[in-house]
Amino acid sequence: MAMGRYIIKRVLISLPLLVTISFFSFILNQLSPLDPAEVILHAQGVPNITSELIAETKARLGMDQPLLTRYVQWFVSCLQLDFGNSYVTGKPVWSLLGPAFLNTLKLTLVSVIAIIALSITLGTICALREGKWVDKSVRGIFFLLTSMPSYWLAALIVWYFSVKLDLLPTSGMDTYQSYILPVTVITISFAGIYFRIIRSSMLSNLNEDYVLYGRACGLPESKITLHLLRNSLQVAISVFGMAIPVILGSTVVVENLFVWPGLGTLSVKSILSRDFPIIQAYVLVLAAAFVIFNTFSDIVNAALNPKLRKDH
Amino acid sequence: MNSLEVSNLKIWDSRTGKVLVPHSSFHVKQRSCLAIVGESGSGKSLTCRAIMRLNKALLHQSGEILLQGVNLTKLSEKEMRKKRGKQLCMIVQNGMRAFDPSCVVGVHLKETLAWHYGWGRDDITVKMKRAMESVMLKDPLAIMNSYPHQLSGGMLQRVMIALAIVLEPDVVIADEPTTALDTITQFEVIEQFIQLRTRMNCAMIFVSHDLAVVKRIADEMLVMKDGAIVERGATRDIFSAAQHEYTRFLVSTGLTLDHHFNKIMGGVSHAEC
Ligand SMILES: Nc1ncnc2c1ncn2[C@@H]1O[C@H](COP(=O)(O)OP(=O)(O)O)[C@@H](O)[C@H]1O
Ligand SMILES: [Mg+2]
Repeated sequence: MAMGRYIIKRVLISLPLLVTISFFSFILNQLSPLDPAEVILHAQGVPNITSELIAETKARLGMDQPLLTRYVQWFVSCLQLDFGNSYVTGKPVWSLLGPAFLNTLKLTLVSVIAIIALSITLGTICALREGKWVDKSVRGIFFLLTSMPSYWLAALIVWYFSVKLDLLPTSGMDTYQSYILPVTVITISFAGIYFRIIRSSMLSNLNEDYVLYGRACGLPESKITLHLLRNSLQVAISVFGMAIPVILGSTVVVENLFVWPGLGTLSVKSILSRDFPIIQAYVLVLAAAFVIFNTFSDIVNAALNPKLRKDH
Repeated sequence: MNSLEVSNLKIWDSRTGKVLVPHSSFHVKQRSCLAIVGESGSGKSLTCRAIMRLNKALLHQSGEILLQGVNLTKLSEKEMRKKRGKQLCMIVQNGMRAFDPSCVVGVHLKETLAWHYGWGRDDITVKMKRAMESVMLKDPLAIMNSYPHQLSGGMLQRVMIALAIVLEPDVVIADEPTTALDTITQFEVIEQFIQLRTRMNCAMIFVSHDLAVVKRIADEMLVMKDGAIVERGATRDIFSAAQHEYTRFLVSTGLTLDHHFNKIMGGVSHAEC
């Protein structure tokens, strides 16, 4: 009951945030020094761009109307997944962005699952063996791995597994095996941060009285560890929730290296050709993903932590 | 016959080599209550946890600890775990933090009792309910289904006492069980500790820095200062004629507290008449 009310409250809070974000991503493109009409005409290869032609294009696209009117129109159509047409190809933006978003989301979710599994396992082992050699060597190895630039790590991995051993595909997303290399690179570059968060959260929980009392009552370490994990995960879950949009937005390097047909590849292409509607939609979709996943992780957190559900 | 006998207990920090408790020896007679007093940082908690073998891994200890004649320091970790809770029960200072904050209180009770005795859910509920009623907890079922933050420190303290009643240990170690409570709740909880002793015939180590409480509950007492035991003897004797200068200081400063405490206790017992 309390949980249901919490979910409704949390979702209602996020709505004004989404509207604000959409407004900023709309404004952002208006601030660009380039005139969109001019960009369109360039992109369409019109040889002789006159000021009449520009004015005509503006009127046709409704760009001569007041800013707020244009924003409202744009926002309403965005809600219907209509982000306008690409300046370059003339195709609807969603027909390009939708599939790319889905591909990136798949890559991200698989990576996040790998990251969560790896960091919980390593974080728990390191916290329970604090200061022992296992703890020290795992932290050392991850310190090295996280400080490597991901393009370099990716190049190294591709060279070894694909070129030298000829085991795995180097590009595209044709089979399940295509996931292995990009997921490995993403996992290695992010797991270092998250396993450290789990470890330190476990360590601070280890000092809590409930651990001492549990042990003093003779409970086995396996039971104590479960209680520890449950409480440590509360910190980690909000961080993991945020990891999903962070990785969504940071797959550019990995996607371009492995030729993954996702958002990263699409966004670089659109930025190079100044395809504003796609860039605008890309920013909006990412920002919305941030808000949605953040809301979601807050809700999961509340389900785990009864204190958060309390009405203030 | 002694329930618990500690000899030459030494505790030191393995990283720095710093000795925190140099060499403690003391015993607790069957059915009696030994109080450990001393200002904060004097090594009372270290001593209690050393008996349970629950100090941090980086703190090392040596010496002998005999529980009903069994040397605890020689036991394997697995055998030691069987003693904890079942024979050697600890009650910690802050009830509000003693239970996993994300689970209802009943989860800990069920896990502990199922682990030691293999009892089923209903069995545990019946036994806990009886014990909780005996420590004046109203509506035990609701308490078992509450999260720690929904209950008060005094209630949680009494839940721990109730669990101890069901576990029937030989020795109860209470490490400042009333420090986190207000004076009136303190009085109620102390009453439960006194009844726990008479009802269960168990020995008890009662750590406190409140001399008024000690005077009421303990037969014998130890005074600790900087890790060392500076005075020991029957509570009555120490209060009338303390040998060590530090104890005299504690007794003289403790008297004002004592006065305040008696006033409240007097008030409550009048109300009961
Ligand atoms: N884990 C630890 N590592 C190092 N020193 C500790 C540790 N725990 C306690 N100490 C030190 O041991 C001394 C006694 O602590 P403690 O037994 O908790 O005192 P108290 O009498 O207040 O219960 C303190 O000076 C404290 O700094
Ligand atoms: Mg203490």
